[in-house]
Amino acid sequence: MSSAEHAEALTSSEYIKHHLTNLTYGKLPDGTWGFAHNGDEAAQMGFWAVNVDTMGWSLFLGALFFFIFRSVAKKVTSDAPTGLQNYVEAAVEFVDSNVKGMFPYKNTMIAPLALTILVWVFFMNAMDLIAIDLLPEIAKLVGVSLGADPHAVFFKVVPSTDPNITLGMAACIFLLILFFSFREKGVIGFAKELCLHPFSSKNVIVQIAVIPVNFVLEAVNLIAKPVSLGLRLFGNLYAGEIIFILIAIMIGANLVLGFFGISLQIVWALFHILIIALQAFIFMVLTIVYMSMAYQTDEQH
Amino acid sequence: MNLNATFIGQMVAFVIFIYLTHRFVWPPIVAAMAERTKRIADGLQAADKAEKDLELAKQKVVEQLTSAKKEAATIIDQANKRAIEIVEEAKEKARLEGDRLKVSAQAEIDQATSRAREELRSKVVTLALAGAEKILESSIDQNAHNELVNKLAAEL
Repeated sequence: MSSAEHAEALTSSEYIKHHLTNLTYGKLPDGTWGFAHNGDEAAQMGFWAVNVDTMGWSLFLGALFFFIFRSVAKKVTSDAPTGLQNYVEAAVEFVDSNVKGMFPYKNTMIAPLALTILVWVFFMNAMDLIAIDLLPEIAKLVGVSLGADPHAVFFKVVPSTDPNITLGMAACIFLLILFFSFREKGVIGFAKELCLHPFSSKNVIVQIAVIPVNFVLEAVNLIAKPVSLGLRLFGNLYAGEIIFILIAIMIGANLVLGFFGISLQIVWALFHILIIALQAFIFMVLTIVYMSMAYQTDEQH
Repeated sequence: MNLNATFIGQMVAFVIFIYLTHRFVWPPIVAAMAERTKRIADGLQAADKAEKDLELAKQKVVEQLTSAKKEAATIIDQANKRAIEIVEEAKEKARLEGDRLKVSAQAEIDQATSRAREELRSKVVTLALAGAEKILESSIDQNAHNELVNKLAAEL
């Protein structure tokens, strides 16, 4: 939360910009590969570049999730659960009851998928609660000691504030929707679903006439699912992070505003806990619902 | 903020973590939880059964106690009866024995009496003969008067 030093060195807008820029590795304008020195350079790298910071934290938190749960799964007992097993079982039971309530079909993959989303997204969101300048400053120290320009060491620690991360997950969900739709309904069944709704008629000519309209509407409907899924998570967390950044600027202004800013930071962090958990839960629930819709073969319109 | 290869990286990572969770995390935990659920259900059932068994056992104990008491009472009754019988028998035996002793004593007495009487008679005969001899101052023909004397003795 302490950003006094930082804010003095940079103007407020530079400070915000710095916090919103990823550490991107890709092809530099001069043709060599390396880290981008500023946001414009990162943008010029095009698609074949990696946001090392968010990708790294994402992988680290995913691995953390896996190792925590795997360590419990290895020595899980049906006796009275102790320690970590309690938490893991609470999460598993929560996911299991949600999946059972919303996904009445037989597929053993949905529940693990939902668990992965819930815990992983929760961990990614929870990075927001770590003091906003702590990890970037550490990264800067490391970067400088490795000979980098201190102003070029960007470090975003919350993976879910990177649309690449959230949309990447949403894209996987989208592919699963398509896969299950084709598998459960068949190509013809899926095409019918796309073309014969929401407008249908017994008259063949009218029916043929409304097919393009239906297809456009249903296609939008289908594509809106992953886009909204990814952008909802991104938007919520991005907005939350910006508020943390803005309050952090206030802390650097003077002593009175500083104390006010610190208390605001705490209040916002407490409130943000709700968003962190809620967005992880929403992402999971919507995924289960989309999977359930992909399985739904009987027409209920 | 640029869309770049991080997107694909995250997709790949997501698929891998789903697979790992599906393969290594979910099944053992869910299995353990299901087993615990079953064990708890079994335990509750067993507790119910044990309670019922206890109830039955208590009933059985009461029944057995009652029957044992009854039996004991019967046995005591029988024993009392038997004791009375034994006493009666003993009394009867004693009475019979007494009678028998009395009879044999009587017989002995009778025997002794008749023996004494016999002895007395023979002595009387001798005395009578001696007396008669003295009175008559003459000897009586033993052979001639023997019959008379015996008749006399028999009348005594």
